[in-house]
This record gives sequence, C-alpha cells and structure tokens, in this order.
Amino acid sequence: MAFTEKQLAADAPFRERALNWIDARFPFTATWRAHAAAYYVPKNFNFLYVFGSLALLVLAIQIVTGIFLVMHYKPDASLAFASVEYIMRDVPWGWLIRYMHSTGASAFFIVVYIHMLRGLLYGSYRRPRELVWLFGVCIFLCLMAEAFFGYLLPWGQMSYWGAQVIVNLFGAIPFIGPDLSLWIRGDYVVSDATLNRFFAFHVIAIPLVLIGLVVAHIVALHEVGSGNPDGVEIKETVDARGIPLDGIPFHPYYTVHDIFVATIFLTLFAAVVFFAPQMGGYFLEYNNFIPANPLKTPPHIAPVWYFTPFYSILRATTSDFMRWLQAGVAAYVALLVLRTRLGRKTKIAVAVVGLLLIVGMSTLDAKFWGVVLMGTSVMIMFILPWLDRSPVKSIRYRPGWHKYVYLVFGLAFIVLGYLGVQPPTPWGAVVAQCCAFLYFGFFLLMPWWSAMGRCKPVPERVVFRAH
Amino acid sequence: MGLLKKLLAAFILLPGMAMAAEGGYPLDHAPDFTQNLADLQNGARLFVNYCLNCHSAASMRYSKLKDLGLTEAQIKDNLLFASDKVGSMMTVAMSPEDAKTWFGAPPPDLSVIARAMASDAGSGPDWLYTYLRTFYRDDTRPTGWNNLVFPNVGMPHVLWELQGVRDARFEDVKDPHEPGRVERKFAGFRQVTPGTMTEIEYDKSVADLVSFLTWMSEPARAERKRVGVWVLLFLAVCVVLTWRLNASYWKEVK
Repeated sequence: MAFTEKQLAADAPFRERALNWIDARFPFTATWRAHAAAYYVPKNFNFLYVFGSLALLVLAIQIVTGIFLVMHYKPDASLAFASVEYIMRDVPWGWLIRYMHSTGASAFFIVVYIHMLRGLLYGSYRRPRELVWLFGVCIFLCLMAEAFFGYLLPWGQMSYWGAQVIVNLFGAIPFIGPDLSLWIRGDYVVSDATLNRFFAFHVIAIPLVLIGLVVAHIVALHEVGSGNPDGVEIKETVDARGIPLDGIPFHPYYTVHDIFVATIFLTLFAAVVFFAPQMGGYFLEYNNFIPANPLKTPPHIAPVWYFTPFYSILRATTSDFMRWLQAGVAAYVALLVLRTRLGRKTKIAVAVVGLLLIVGMSTLDAKFWGVVLMGTSVMIMFILPWLDRSPVKSIRYRPGWHKYVYLVFGLAFIVLGYLGVQPPTPWGAVVAQCCAFLYFGFFLLMPWWSAMGRCKPVPERVVFRAH
Repeated sequence: MGLLKKLLAAFILLPGMAMAAEGGYPLDHAPDFTQNLADLQNGARLFVNYCLNCHSAASMRYSKLKDLGLTEAQIKDNLLFASDKVGSMMTVAMSPEDAKTWFGAPPPDLSVIARAMASDAGSGPDWLYTYLRTFYRDDTRPTGWNNLVFPNVGMPHVLWELQGVRDARFEDVKDPHEPGRVERKFAGFRQVTPGTMTEIEYDKSVADLVSFLTWMSEPARAERKRVGVWVLLFLAVCVVLTWRLNASYWKEVK
C-alpha cells in the first residue's frame, strides 16, 4: 500500500499538523488511546490497585539512581568498598543517590509483595489474566536476581558472605553442583571475577530482561483488561459504542489517582531516605560497613529482609525434617491418586515421581532438598492460575473461612521472614518447618480447599460508591 | 504461678536472656555530641593525635574537617602531620604486613567504624564508647593490655596516659543454670596509677572522640536531615495538591 498522509487544511494549527505528520509515520495517537485515553479501567479499584504503578515508579527511581551510581562506582574488589564511600562523601549529592538506590531496593520488594498479595486476594491471576500473572512471576524472579547481584557490589562483609552462601547452594546439586558453583563464581571463592560478572548482570543483563518483561506484563494486561476487587468482568456489560459501563478511561482518572498516590509514596520514601536510611540495620546491614574479608566469616550471615521467607525454608530443611517431608510427599501422592479424576497414566506418573522423591530424600543430602524447596517456594507461583478452583475470583464473594486460609498463609510467610533474620535456634527451626508446611500446603491443597464452601452471589456490575 | 503468668514472665525475660546468652559486656549508652562543633573539634584532635598513627580513615579527607568549623590554616597547623596537602586522605604509613606482625591483625580503617560496630547489643557509638573506657592492665597479653568489650584485643590502651593505668578484678561465680560450672565475672576496676584526666574528664574526651567518629562515618548526616525537612514539606504540599486534583476529576465519576 502506498504511503498516504491525511490532508489537513492549510491553516490548521501547528500542533494538529505535527501530530498528523507523526501519526502517518508512527502509531502515536493509536498507542496513546489504546493504553491511556481509551483504555477502560474498572472504576471500583481500591488502594491495593495502586501498587502496580508504584512498582513502575520505583523501577524508574532504581534505573535513574543506578545510572548515576555507575558513573562513580568501581567494580573492582580492591576499589569497590572505597568507591561507595567516595560516592557518600565526595560526589555531590552522592549520598542522596546512594540512599535512594538502597532504600529503593527494599521499597521495590515492599511494593511488589503488596502487589502480589492484591493479585492473590482478588484472583487477578484467573482466566483470562494467566499470562499477566506469569509475566509477573518472571518479573519477581528477575527482581530477586537483580537484588542478589546488586547486593554484592558494595563489597562489604555481608555482601561477600551472602554471595558466598548463595553460590555455594548450587554446589548441593548432585554431580554438577561443585562445577556449577565454580562456573558461577569464576573462581574458587567469591572474588574480583565474581564481582565483575555480578556487576555486568546487575547493570545490563537483568535490567534489560526486566524492562522487557514489564512491557510484556503491561501489554498482556491491557489486552485482556484490568481485573477489579469484585472479580466482575467489566467488558461483559458495555454500552452501544462497546465501552464498558463500569469502565473509565485510564487517563485522566487513574493518572491523577496514581500521581496522588505516588506523592504519598514519595513522602514515605523520602522519610526513610533522609531520616532512617539504614532502617535499623534492615535496609543497610551494619556488617556491610566492614570491607569484605575472605578470611573472616561473620558469626551470623543473614540475607536482606526481603529474601528471608525463602531463606528460612532453606534453613528449615534439616536432615531431621526429611522424614516429615517424605510423609508429606506420600500423603500428597495418595491424595492425587485416590481423590482425583486424573487419567490412569498421569496417576502412575505421579506415583513414580513421588516414589523417586521419597527415595531421593533418603539418599541425597538435606542441603540439596533445602535448595529444591527454596526454589520451589518461588516457582510454585507459576502454576497458581491452574490451582485455584473457586467459582469466583474475588475474596469478597468467597466463603468467609477462606479469609482465614489467606490469613494463615500470610502469617506463615511473615513468620518465615522473621525467623530468617534471626540466628538459627532449635525452636525456630521447628516453627519454620511448620510454616514451610503451611506455605506449601496453601498452594498444593488449593485445588481442594478453594472449591469448598459456599460462595456469595457475585453482582452483575461492580460495586462502586461515588467519592 | 499460673501458666499464663509463667509465659508472660518468659516473654518479658526473653530479651534479657538473649543478651546474657551472647556473653558480651553490656554497653554503656554513648552521649551524642555530634551537634556541637567544639566537641567535634576536640574529638578530631584526639583522633588525629591518638588513632591516626595506626588506624587509617582512608575515605576521609583532611579538608572535610572544614565542615567542623576549622579553617584550612588551622587544619594545616594543628592536625596535618602525615601529609602537606589538606585535600589528601587520612592514610597511615604503617603497612598492613607490619601491622599484622606487631599487633596480630591489621588495625581496621576507621572511616565508617561507628556504623559498622552496631549490633543488637547497642549502637556503633555505644560500642566504641564502652570499648575505649574498659581497657585494663593484663600481663598475660603481649601488649600488656586487655579489654572487656573486645577480649584479647590486639590494640594496646593508647589513651592510657589520659585515663591512667587500671587493672580489673574478677570473681569466680557459680553458674546458676549449670551446676559445677564456674564463670569468671568482672567485678570492677582498680586505679593503679592516676592519669592526666579525672574519670569525668576522660569519659567526656572519649565521648567527644566517639562523636567525631560518628560524624566521620557519615559527614553528610546533618545535611541529609536538613534537606530532608524541606523535601518532606515540599512533598506534603504536593500531596495536598494532587489530592485535590484527583478529587476534582473523580467527583464526575458516578
């Protein structure tokens, strides 16, 4: 098709002519309409729905502050620690950039955890938004990798030994483990080579993937449309022009809404950055003000707070715990074989996998299973859309006792997180093991519990009270 | 005692028991003189004279001391011994190898020591303030000195002229939880020879020194808080404006 450009009147205003010129060459107006001005969003969002755009804001903060940090940071084992202090003292406003970046890391996880909780409560992962959720879980994985790689860069004691512990975990994998961890480190211990590659991952590789995934997450969301706290599909009730009756354009209504919430967020963020950047040792750990020393292991190595729920699961997997795990696997296999309508072949496969797991748990090291469980605790979120069998999406219309299931799950997650920052104790291990069972039980038993109980009637239209 | 009361008592005692389990000497609370320039200047003088011979502060420039109200000439004349440029870093001539031979371990850099020594037992300044006040004479140690906060430390009591020589009395106390086990418990200092300072003067000097170390660990701290107030005020105005902006749009959504 030949190139055509809409002919405007000769005296058309400059703005109109410029826009026409661009639109003939780039889908500017079309994109703006599809994603903002004519993207219809349910009008009944509650405050839990702002954390997606807040996550985008924090991502922007991290990228911009990160660029300025890289201008002065030296990814070299002999210079890294001093270069961070150089940024804190000699670079104009360097302390502000650094504190924004370190606070931003924790803020990112706070925002993303609330964002995920929102998805969990209102069934945001349910059909047709499965891909939105899957992209989201990939973003979460990237975020964890980004935080892990970035944490080595200040080259303090906790940076160094945290990386050492986590990379050593790969060594627990049978056969390939030791070579794999050697390959990741690029040396026999965490060293300059490790620092350089982690730097490359932190500033180039992971951010590239992260931005790509964020775009995919938003494109997929705008394709199917946003969910809402009532779990009602607004596209099912439209006016004569095909516009959802309960939808309002993203711009201007949700842009002004998000700007308002962003200023509140920034106020809290600034309060931490300017008045409590260390956040009592949780955002910046005390030990990390000691330069990395490969010959001196700190007495207590704990990851930063946002990793501790998963770390706790790893630490809870002791050799005493294996028989409980075996019992758990056996019970779950029995449940799948006896109480489901899976095909005969699938049931046999389930039984074989279960048997292999049980045998493996007796033969392989508990440390390996700790790594497996820690990995699974994150990966299990990938199958969430297919575990939930509830006829309704939103917790608002689910049986009342479902709220307690979510509450117990949330508490187990928080307790795991709390135990992960504490030094290990025998009682702590038992509590963590119970919480690990609750954590996995929430997901693995979801096909059963989510289908139980009587749901309340879901309204035809969203529930909205004008402000 | 009822079960509930027992549980309650356990919860109240729990933090104390955790501290006791660590076995560390309880830390004194360090007075904070970081707001007072004269005290910080005194701390800087003590630091340069007593600490900066073995310990470096390699992230710190002498010229940064201008923030404490000192002029370039004052810094040059009174504090600059190891270099002739006020822009140079606070490094030391002692090599880490020599340091290891002489003291058993290289003295750590002190640039951010006040932030690094924080723990559940107390803040970084608390640790430093207690550490510098709990040296005692111990002839079993190569340096002749020992310390309550950091047992068998490699560092000798550098400030002994000021504090004077003290030794420590220890008593054997039976462990109430473990029969047969005897614990060596600190039971007080004894002044052997007087120092040039009284105990009150010495504590004040150490507090000044610790305040200086605290200031040095984050020279931007005062500016950070000063700027922070304005940023928060600005954002508070923004919150009001964006709140009303949002409300003006949303009032038409029915």
